[in-house]
Amino acid sequence: MITLEHYLALAAVLFTIGIFGIFVNRKNVIIILMSIELMLLAVNINFVAFSTHLNDLVGQIFTLFVLTVAAAEAAIGLAILVCFFRNRGTIAVEDVNVMKG
Amino acid sequence: MGFTVIAFYLFAFTAVASGLLVVLSRNPVHSVLWLILTFFSAAGLFVLMGAEYVAMLLAIVYVGAVAVLFLFVVMMLDVDFVELRSGLSKYLPLGLLIGALLLMELGLIFGHWNFAEDAQALRAAVTPDMAETHNTIALGKLIYTDYIYMFQASGMILLVAMIGAIVLTLRHRKDVKRQVIADQILRDPKDAMELKDVKSGQGL
Repeated sequence: MITLEHYLALAAVLFTIGIFGIFVNRKNVIIILMSIELMLLAVNINFVAFSTHLNDLVGQIFTLFVLTVAAAEAAIGLAILVCFFRNRGTIAVEDVNVMKG
Repeated sequence: MGFTVIAFYLFAFTAVASGLLVVLSRNPVHSVLWLILTFFSAAGLFVLMGAEYVAMLLAIVYVGAVAVLFLFVVMMLDVDFVELRSGLSKYLPLGLLIGALLLMELGLIFGHWNFAEDAQALRAAVTPDMAETHNTIALGKLIYTDYIYMFQASGMILLVAMIGAIVLTLRHRKDVKRQVIADQILRDPKDAMELKDVKSGQGL
């Protein structure tokens, strides 16, 4: 029998993989964006698991909004990436210090 | 073991393994392909949970649009990806440490929690019986009534993202000849050609 905890554990593992990916691939911004997608996927799994477990549809509706924001974020992030690559010829995010922030 | 259990473990194992390969694979193109596999197995899990609409959305929007967008960008950029991976061994211990810590914390949370007593009463939109209404129909009835403003707002977010991405990546190159339609329309026969009266046998 698959319970809610199974799905929550899976989502936790996926979320951790996302965090791990951000820390390991600190230079490659494409993999960082993909790790963020993985984390959002884990959050979506949590939402849907609770939604189906409690028989409340609002969790699935919120998943739709998370998907929307994730798609928008991926589009904008990749656009910034292409722009940055055009100007600097590299995508190493460690070198992003033009603004001295 | 029933079919659901086998399917769950199959999809869960595929999702975790391909998620790890997204992070660790050498070639970013392979990373994107593993990401697609992760999304597909997550879609399978959603189907198992009974959320078919979200599963289809994941397969169509994520795999069909977002992952392909990643694939395009990875293939278009001419980057030395070997150089970008050079710090991997340096960051691996810290990443493993933070990952293990986070997983332990999440495990602690999962060990000690239960639903509130009035959780069933606090539901905002109770799922109708699946025998009567499909998941997609039920979601549509909710989105277009109670959540219509949120739905519109998410549409605006997508519009802003689309315009932002176009504006960010658009570039006017000076060294390319372009068609200027206004110039073509405004061109007059009087300026464009000159009539010469050529006498026979003489030439110009």
